[in-house]
Amino acid sequence: MREVAVVGCGMTKFGELWSQSLRDIFVEAALKAIDDAHVDHIDSMYVGSMTPGLFIGQEHIGALMADYLGTASIPAVRVESACCSGGMAMRLGYFEIASGHSEIILVGGVEKMTDGADVTYALATAADQEYEVYHGITFPGLYAMIAKAHMYKYGTTRKQLAMVSVKNHHNGAFNPNAQFPGEVTVEQVINATMVADPLTVLDSSPVSDGAACVILASMDAASKLQIPLIKVLGSGAATDTFALHAREDITALKAVQLSAKAAYEMAKVMPTDINFAEVHDCFSIAEICIIEELGFTDKGKGGSFTEQGRTALEGPIPVNPSGGLKSKGHPVGATGVAQIVETVEQLRGAAGKRQVKNARIGLTQNMGGSGASSVVHIFALQK
Amino acid sequence: MPSPRYHREIPQRYRLEAAKCKECGRMSFPPRRVCSNCGAREFEMTKLSDHGKILTYTTIRVAPKDFENQVPYNVAIVESENGVRVTTQVVDCKPEDLEIGKRVKFVFRKLYSEGHTGIICYGYKAVLI
Repeated sequence: MREVAVVGCGMTKFGELWSQSLRDIFVEAALKAIDDAHVDHIDSMYVGSMTPGLFIGQEHIGALMADYLGTASIPAVRVESACCSGGMAMRLGYFEIASGHSEIILVGGVEKMTDGADVTYALATAADQEYEVYHGITFPGLYAMIAKAHMYKYGTTRKQLAMVSVKNHHNGAFNPNAQFPGEVTVEQVINATMVADPLTVLDSSPVSDGAACVILASMDAASKLQIPLIKVLGSGAATDTFALHAREDITALKAVQLSAKAAYEMAKVMPTDINFAEVHDCFSIAEICIIEELGFTDKGKGGSFTEQGRTALEGPIPVNPSGGLKSKGHPVGATGVAQIVETVEQLRGAAGKRQVKNARIGLTQNMGGSGASSVVHIFALQK
Repeated sequence: MPSPRYHREIPQRYRLEAAKCKECGRMSFPPRRVCSNCGAREFEMTKLSDHGKILTYTTIRVAPKDFENQVPYNVAIVESENGVRVTTQVVDCKPEDLEIGKRVKFVFRKLYSEGHTGIICYGYKAVLI
């Protein structure tokens, strides 16, 4: 397979973008990415989006976005894997270039969640409708049950969960695209409105609108652009039992572990080689489980690892320098691509006050449902 | 919910019917066409034990529309005595009564109703014993 580079990136601000439509925000992010890469065309397009049908009653958005981007005629398709739709779109785009079929393509992600739909219901469609949702469980509820099990099995504390939100809001305060850039304290997180015990609203990522896009190119095409090239070193994806209750260990995210293993092997790197990571902190407990599965710390130690500041911006392995889903916002289909936008900016040394020192290799991890699907990518600055 | 979709799940929701793999003995709930343990395709019908224990739990305070009139309510992952795990509400108790490891039994209850013209949805819930 051929080597693939990310040559451009762009995103909208994340938040309640009431004056802009789904197509408006996608085109805004796409144009930013195209202008950033200085490309004069794209061969095809992948659009990650979880459920525009439920959020705004619009399906078939591959063709819609190609039309409004002024590129009707190119192949364009929507990719769906719940909250990791964006990351999976990236993986398909990667293979289209790697296979030799195309030279320059656009991978985007978009979601419009604040137009009035029942968001709790729409998101819950990523869980088992007949055997989870039927009984009244919600996504915060599923992650709350993971949190309870993790606290019981490993002694993870309420404060350690809160420290994830405190850290990510601290990082997000430096991100001009973040929906909630303000800092929060441990006390504020713990005493916020309870959503599903033990998780409060400040353990939970927000409801957001937003879009993010990247331009991928073959190394041949990329080298003609005379811009810093970010090489894709590895791509891994995996699945797990669909229902949380069917897992042998409720605290394990096996799809995350398997997708990371595949990406590490392809990239020929170890967890200790990673300089920073953007991970799927849809709830505080998720980041704790994910950093364990990525091999940044031992199983069960994610809470204390976070409390000790190891994942802070100045720590040995900064996690979510962008502010993560918690502070930056979580327009579900856009999230996986926005993680890549942040990684590109970090590797270019263009992340301003949230710049990770010596950022050479970055990892993105994007997850669907309660962990039934996960996708990991590893990137490096091409010298 | 369209009535055919509701009707299809009645054996599981009303009677806890499950499938047992003839090859390896793994129980599937709901029944599947392919055993998730060994890949075999032959099953015999059986039932979940109506006794089990709580593996983890939460109390839902922000609910989807169909469940809004029930908050706060408890949801747990329960392991039945024959090893199958399900997501279920735990009722007739307070949130602070729940603990990991506590024993429960399944009971037949109304789960929610779909407004003026919709159907009334029934199924299993758990109670502490």
